[in-house]
Amino acid sequence: MTTGKREFLDKLFKQLFKVAGFITIALLAGILLMLIANSISFFAKISPVDFFTGQQWNPDKQYSILPLVVSTGLVAFGSMIIAVPLGILSAAFLSEVAPKKLQAILKPIIEMLAAIPSVAIGFLGIVLVGPAISALFGTQNGLNALNGSILLAVMALPTIVTISEDAINAVPKSHREASLALGANRWQTLFKVTIPSAVPGLIAAVMLGLGRALGETMTVLMATGNAAAIPKGFLSSVRTITATIAIEMGEVPYETTHYFALFAIAALLFIISLVINLTGEYFANRLRKFQ
Amino acid sequence: MKKRLSHILNWILLAGSTFIVCLFLAIILWDIFSKGWGALSIGFITNYPTNGMTEGGILPAVVGTVMLTFITTLFAVPLGVACAVYLHEYARPSALTNLIRASIRNLAGIPSIIYGLFGLALFVQSLRLGTSVLSAGLTLGLLSLPYIITTAEEALKRIPNSMREATLALGATQFETITDVVLPKALPGILTGVILTISRAAGETAPILFTGVAFYINGITTSVNQEFMALPYHLYMLSTQHNAVEQVRPLAYATALVLIMLVFVLNVFAFVIRFKYRSQD
Repeated sequence: MTTGKREFLDKLFKQLFKVAGFITIALLAGILLMLIANSISFFAKISPVDFFTGQQWNPDKQYSILPLVVSTGLVAFGSMIIAVPLGILSAAFLSEVAPKKLQAILKPIIEMLAAIPSVAIGFLGIVLVGPAISALFGTQNGLNALNGSILLAVMALPTIVTISEDAINAVPKSHREASLALGANRWQTLFKVTIPSAVPGLIAAVMLGLGRALGETMTVLMATGNAAAIPKGFLSSVRTITATIAIEMGEVPYETTHYFALFAIAALLFIISLVINLTGEYFANRLRKFQ
Repeated sequence: MKKRLSHILNWILLAGSTFIVCLFLAIILWDIFSKGWGALSIGFITNYPTNGMTEGGILPAVVGTVMLTFITTLFAVPLGVACAVYLHEYARPSALTNLIRASIRNLAGIPSIIYGLFGLALFVQSLRLGTSVLSAGLTLGLLSLPYIITTAEEALKRIPNSMREATLALGATQFETITDVVLPKALPGILTGVILTISRAAGETAPILFTGVAFYINGITTSVNQEFMALPYHLYMLSTQHNAVEQVRPLAYATALVLIMLVFVLNVFAFVIRFKYRSQD
């Protein structure tokens, strides 16, 4: 190959690689544009006041996001009640208590949990968790917010455990040594020094786990019963934002109010996930500086 | 005595939590293996569903999932690796580079159902690809992109700079350095990321819901512009949408088992490559 040809290839591919880099910006911009444009078409027909304060999600009659937001929040909140203590205590066990060999076995097991497809977890919600809830609480079927919370907790746990473990590992050894030197035992050191020092990283772990729970579609679609009313409690059937899009998008005619409405709730979901992920990232960055 | 008791209680609290987390995995695997194994056979994978999908196998769903992940890989891997090469080998720290990195981080956090909507708007409607395995594969490709970029860049970071400098000093262009030295060295790391991406894409359901997956097709998908059946959607359909849900439960379990085994085999494969690669350093 001549030198000219080689230099030409070098320059050409430099530009091509650059284009690949820009595609990520274009993709994000494209998603934003799609959500914004369709939301504008929606709010041209339906007033934002009705959208945010109405009581019912009943397509073609009333488009109110309240039942969907309350449902999404309830299921995600429930999942965090289960997953946060379990996740942080497991992370503490893995990094501070478990012998190295046990740690080497347990970590891949917890990572394996993350590999299980969400639809398989949703399936177990129907065949396993549902009947158990219905037997315990005497509900008609076990497809409700509690079921969704349990499943989402399982799905969020690997994220929470992994990041919490990093956070606890990042606490300088000198903190622990100082505490032990002052006469505290290892448990006092763990609960009063190590874990409190790891709080920024633990917040990042919880936020990223919560982000995963909020954005999950298939498990909640399969396990929560999908009644689009404001839920009364954890034993109510709920319909999350993601499940609503999944159920209704396949059937709506193109460019109707209902079609635009689904993009509007997707836009709201996007904003909620963005805020949660950015919060998580802010604390994760603080953790990195700490290291 | 009191000290000893508190030591034991604390230990139980922590070990018990970890045990519960592991128990979740054990329950999932045990339930699906014990109830799915009986209905599983070679014929289940190689036969067409018959009798209104209450009997027979899942061949169309297997073919559909393979085609789908193939398209996803073909689209997302070259693009993702090219982006990682740009970020790690060419880009200097600048506002623009920061913007690219911020975009990638944000893309990774977007719920998968929103990618489904984007695939519907872009591939199905705007580009007129229709609901097809091509539209669905491209949608999953976009979803996988941030993940591939991140893992490929991690692999590139592990290549020592001295190797690049040596090649450049011998008179190679930067492009030649990348194709002849950097990428071959980074290949195992990139491959690990690619396999894990395939495993995730094979299990995804939400992004393909509106972009081409079908409840039932006659025969198998043979062309990229046809609709397709997929393993995860087949499981969803058998467990919630089928009109004889109780009757097809064994088939649902067997489908779940096939899906989980597929994902696990891919993960083990990735784990082995990573292990061999790390032990080389």
